[in-house]
Amino acid sequence: MLALIPLFPLLGFAINASMGRRLPKAVSGGLASLVMLASFAVSVMVVWQLANQAPPQRLIEQTLYTWIASGDFVLDLTLRVDPLAAVMILVITGIGSLIHIYSTAYMHEESDPEYARYFSYLNLFAFFMLVLVLGANFLVLFVGWEGVGLCSYLLIGFWFEKKSAADAGKKAFVVNRIGDYAFILGTLLLFVRFGTLDFQRIASAVAPLATDSGFGLLSVATLLLFIGATGKSAQIPLYVWLPDAMEGPTPVSALIHAATMVTAGVYMIGRNAVLFSHAPETMAVVAVIGAATALMAGTIGLVQNDIKRVLAYSTVSQLGYMFLAMGVGAFGAGIFHLYTHAFFKACLFLGSGAVIHALHGEQDIRNMGGLKAGLPITYWTFLIGSLAIAGVPGLAGFFSKDEILFETFAHGHTILWTIGILTSLLTATYMFRLVFLTFHGARRHEAPVSEHPEEEELAAHVSHRPATGDSHSQGNHLHDAPSAMALALVVLALGSVLAGYFGIPHALGGGNAIGTWLAPSFSARSVTTLAEGQVAEAGQEPGAAGETADSERGLELSLMVVSSIVALVGIGLAAFIWLKRREIADRMAATFPGVYRLLLNKYYVDEIYDATVVQPIRIVSQEGLWRGVDVHIIDAAVNGTASIVDGSSSLLRRLQSGSVRAYAGSLFIGVVLILGYYLWR
Amino acid sequence: MIPLGHYLIVSAILFAVGTAGVFLRRNLITILLSIEIMLNAVNLSFVAFGRSQGTVDGQIITFFVMTVAAAEAAVGLAIVIALFRHRESLNPDAFTSLKW
Repeated sequence: MLALIPLFPLLGFAINASMGRRLPKAVSGGLASLVMLASFAVSVMVVWQLANQAPPQRLIEQTLYTWIASGDFVLDLTLRVDPLAAVMILVITGIGSLIHIYSTAYMHEESDPEYARYFSYLNLFAFFMLVLVLGANFLVLFVGWEGVGLCSYLLIGFWFEKKSAADAGKKAFVVNRIGDYAFILGTLLLFVRFGTLDFQRIASAVAPLATDSGFGLLSVATLLLFIGATGKSAQIPLYVWLPDAMEGPTPVSALIHAATMVTAGVYMIGRNAVLFSHAPETMAVVAVIGAATALMAGTIGLVQNDIKRVLAYSTVSQLGYMFLAMGVGAFGAGIFHLYTHAFFKACLFLGSGAVIHALHGEQDIRNMGGLKAGLPITYWTFLIGSLAIAGVPGLAGFFSKDEILFETFAHGHTILWTIGILTSLLTATYMFRLVFLTFHGARRHEAPVSEHPEEEELAAHVSHRPATGDSHSQGNHLHDAPSAMALALVVLALGSVLAGYFGIPHALGGGNAIGTWLAPSFSARSVTTLAEGQVAEAGQEPGAAGETADSERGLELSLMVVSSIVALVGIGLAAFIWLKRREIADRMAATFPGVYRLLLNKYYVDEIYDATVVQPIRIVSQEGLWRGVDVHIIDAAVNGTASIVDGSSSLLRRLQSGSVRAYAGSLFIGVVLILGYYLWR
Repeated sequence: MIPLGHYLIVSAILFAVGTAGVFLRRNLITILLSIEIMLNAVNLSFVAFGRSQGTVDGQIITFFVMTVAAAEAAVGLAIVIALFRHRESLNPDAFTSLKW
């Protein structure tokens, strides 16, 4: 039954890829959505089954076949669902289904074969992501890991006739490749050390070991795995591909950012929680990188003008939060945020897609404004998503973000907590800047067409479709999201409100249900009990919480108040600047031109990478490897052999004179010489 | 009885005469005849060896050589006639077109 979860999307992919070009849109799109819904239904059944088991033993496993058997090394293709994987498959199939349904409307202007191609990629993406989270060992995970990398390449470069899209796909692939390389090195290191690739076996092998003090093997291995995670999950230094990934169709961005792909790194760390907790050095690195990424992406998001880019940087920033949580050891909080983030980020992306759809491809928020009246469904869902991500009390983002900040503070990382709060302020501000500029005020057309190359690029990729009329006439007949898109938006908006109530913290009288649910996945104790079939005391987690509850409740409540105030201040700030006094923003940009340009150009990180990595590699490849090694050594060796043969033959061929007497003479002389040698030697 | 060495000396002389003929004469028919002389010089030494050993091996191989020589002469003369019809010449130096 477990195998059905990934097999349904694979079936959809196979049908759409093989005969999709002959199918009408309703069939190919409907099929793709249907297989995702079927997969979701199976996932729900599996999770229900899991929930009925005793908490410490929650596990469903299915070994499909032995993949590799070589001497002592046996590797099975095993799928395994534990509480962590359960949350993941529900997010992937559930939100994935909504994105599929949304896409049937969004991509309707494509031709039939393109439409089927799009949905086949989408299904393949879901398949690989499900393999990734269901895999019971590193190698199966790696198959999914590479697969989502491939699919992101295919989907980001979906409109590959456009050079910027093709380049963005390539960039995503290459950057991910760097991370994958480190990831596989880490995997090999763990295999050498523990002789197995199974997550549970590694966890139970690590559990009795002492924490890695100093910089030992565990630190190196986990650090390598973390580099892999920075590639997939867009953290410093490998986050650069994610903003460019906006070249893909908008539902793809939603899929990449919310349900699949970028969550892989966070999931991987959660999956190896025991391993990572034994490497405090790595944990510190993870936390610092997470906080730094959150802050950096937040500041960039503040000044970007492309609606999707702002959301992309907010994703990078929120992923930073998740890594911060992982790094301070709050694995449950990190996964909780992953799960709530999936709802509101999907909602926001699909909302931005509806805006772009309504404006026939316009993506620059300076050309929007006043869309509230024309797009009521989009507006309200987008607003709910923004409130949720900003951390307004009562919505999903509030609970999960607060959990992370509280855990950070409680673990004594005051500086990281400060960064987190600051980022939270930034998040609220840039999200509401987006809301106010897009939906409030009056309709504008003020984007400078070619202020500098970056803007030109934005203007150029405004639309892949043929422009339909001038932008003035577009404003008059806005059409709100069609029913398929509206359905997805409303469901996701509801999720953005309600998803958080699975994790009401103890301080507010809740049970932190999701934390308790996930806890067995993060401790090796449950792993050993599962292995030995014993029932260990599962009450350890709540007991500890209850003991410290009194002292921590006050702290948690006050932190909660602080972050709520911060969120509201951020929204208020955005409202003040971009609703009441828009000239303040311009004046600030004029007052600090250096800072503004730095942020607008994303800290010049792309340029720095280009100068320090891309160009040196290009120069070495072109001048050294191509013009040097290839031309002068390899080609020269091949051509040299040929020219030696050619030269010597042109001399030797003179011997073939055609004269019979000369041949007879040489024959005779030869015989004489040979005989003479044997006679006189 | 004439000793073996004398036969071999005669054979060597005949062989040398034949070789010289092949190299020095400018007529294909003469060259063919010179080749026959070389073959017969070898035949002579075979027979002489056979006799000195008291076996018939030398004579048997001589028969083979004579058979081959007859065939060779037939084919060779046919080629010579064909060449003559082609070029109106019997000088081997006239036939050097099969070269680089």
